[in-house]
Amino acid sequence: MIYREAGTFRTTYRADQAVFPIPQDKAFVLGLVAVAYLVVPFVMTDYFFLAILIPFLILALATLGLNLLVGYCGQISLGAGGFMAVGAYSAYKLVSIVPETNLVVAWLFGGVCAAGVGILFGIPSLRIKGFYLAVATLASQFFLDWMFIRITWWTNYSPSGSATAPPLDIFGWVVDRPVEKYLLALTFAVVFAVIAKNLVRGRLGRSWMATRDMDIAAEIIGIRPMGAKLSAFAISSFVCGVAGALWAFVYLGTWEPLAFDINRSFSILFMVIIGGLGSILGSFLGAAFITLLPIFLNQVPAALGLPLSTAMVSHLEFMIFGALIIFFLIVEPHGLARLWAIGKEKLRMWPFPH
Amino acid sequence: MGPFLEVLIGGLLTGVLYSLVALGFVLIFKASGVFNFAQGAMVLFAALSLVRFLEVMPLWAALLGSAALMVALAVVIERVVLRPLVNQEPIILFMSTLGITFFIDGFGQSLFGSDVYPLDVGIPKDPIFIAENTFEGGLLVDQVDLWAAVVAGLLVLVLALFFQRTRIGRALRAVADDHQAAQSVGIPLNQIWVIVWSVAGLVALVAGIMWGTKLGVQFSIALVALKALPVLILGGLTSVPGAIVGGLLIGAGEKLAEVYFGPIIGGGIENWFAYMLALAILLFRPQGLFGERIIERV
Repeated sequence: MIYREAGTFRTTYRADQAVFPIPQDKAFVLGLVAVAYLVVPFVMTDYFFLAILIPFLILALATLGLNLLVGYCGQISLGAGGFMAVGAYSAYKLVSIVPETNLVVAWLFGGVCAAGVGILFGIPSLRIKGFYLAVATLASQFFLDWMFIRITWWTNYSPSGSATAPPLDIFGWVVDRPVEKYLLALTFAVVFAVIAKNLVRGRLGRSWMATRDMDIAAEIIGIRPMGAKLSAFAISSFVCGVAGALWAFVYLGTWEPLAFDINRSFSILFMVIIGGLGSILGSFLGAAFITLLPIFLNQVPAALGLPLSTAMVSHLEFMIFGALIIFFLIVEPHGLARLWAIGKEKLRMWPFPH
Repeated sequence: MGPFLEVLIGGLLTGVLYSLVALGFVLIFKASGVFNFAQGAMVLFAALSLVRFLEVMPLWAALLGSAALMVALAVVIERVVLRPLVNQEPIILFMSTLGITFFIDGFGQSLFGSDVYPLDVGIPKDPIFIAENTFEGGLLVDQVDLWAAVVAGLLVLVLALFFQRTRIGRALRAVADDHQAAQSVGIPLNQIWVIVWSVAGLVALVAGIMWGTKLGVQFSIALVALKALPVLILGGLTSVPGAIVGGLLIGAGEKLAEVYFGPIIGGGIENWFAYMLALAILLFRPQGLFGERIIERV
């Protein structure tokens, strides 16, 4: 009743192939973006921006990147954190060698470097499949971790091994207030979401999905597995690299290689799976879920007034986190995006389900 | 020659310890097609429980208690996680084992505490010298590692006998071969999964004893799983001998690389060398050294 496609008559192919064929969808998404830009900056406190919204948006961007690879091209990767690190450190190096570089250029440069590394570590995917590949991608994670710790050139020989981002100055706009950082992260997330959505609707995305569903069959109908897989690795790593650069420059400010260790990779993979494999919307839902859950779990014992030691709280957090992951996988193995789709289906029928 | 052999033997023996963890992975993957990331957490859980049981009871009772706990864990995992997720895609099952990992890590540590506990089950810990007549000064070998090698050998023998000679073992092999065919001749899949997760739990207990004796029982034992992964893909996900040979190769390779190659490029390369080695070999044999050949049809 609320939500229906009846009455929208599409008379051109163009209208039929639009990103949002249903007007309500379009209005909803545009409305959401408008609220994010026009309302949220005025009503939220700094704590919300710094602790929740900025990490959520940047991690959503990384999730989006990984989702292109895992969800759309079917190549399981446990190395997202490593690619984020490449983005962060190469952007950092560029800025410290050429200080007058515009930061946006530096971040995109970080993405390009990450894409190069992604292609390099994606080459094994031409031979190796499934879990063998998943474990093989850990090679990149551990190697990159090691490289950024041991080769001090990356951190300009800083004795503590940490790197500090310069003040954020973009086209003369000095980004230092949380609200501004939020708007910056939001802009990146929105732009990349639009790009990704259009990529997966196009020729490239279709070749990825064909490869995912059955790579031999895809090869037979004329899709080059090398092109499809390596382009997925490249673009996914590019997005992850940009997200990594943002994570370092905008969110952390000062960071150590540990910020991009294997736990980061796993948490991003979690976001992809909980959100929904092969779904742009799912990337955002998954990132929101995994970012909010620990914060929420952290507050619960205090809110209930339970006298627990910090160690106990962190163990309990682990437990509940694990249990919730399993719970969500059992309830809906296809992720939050599928729940969303089911919800829409229900709305379409409501209030007359037959 | 002496120092080289010492490093080599040390590496091989460490490799055996990796194999012990990798064995558990292989058993579960073979029988249920689940890539069980929780094996490392199970090792930690088993070791923690054993240490805490030892505080209040004799060794045999503690061993029995821990073994019972691992079996109980297997039953719970099968009931709560595997059964509802049957027929899901492998990656979903893999993610669920990551969830299990988080849960067991948190559960084990909140139940048994998260300090570092020394574990003493009567294995001598002092390093000894061997072959003193052949080499000047002899070769320094860790006794724990030697025991681990003996235990691993016994374990493989017992597992081989169990798989080849018992009724349950035959059923397990049938399930590993083909789920549907096994089910259609009346083998109950759910029971088989409980059994195989229990066996993997017991293997985790053995690995936990060895690692606990070597390092002390602490959280870092759970991270040994990350060391076992390259062993696993190198040997092949479905091969028990592969886990052993892979462990030996990785152990020896990483120690030799650390000693002879590491200083040149900055040291600490143990963490990724194993993965790179495995990756390089996978490029030539995508199914690992001993894995089943992957045959694909359209």
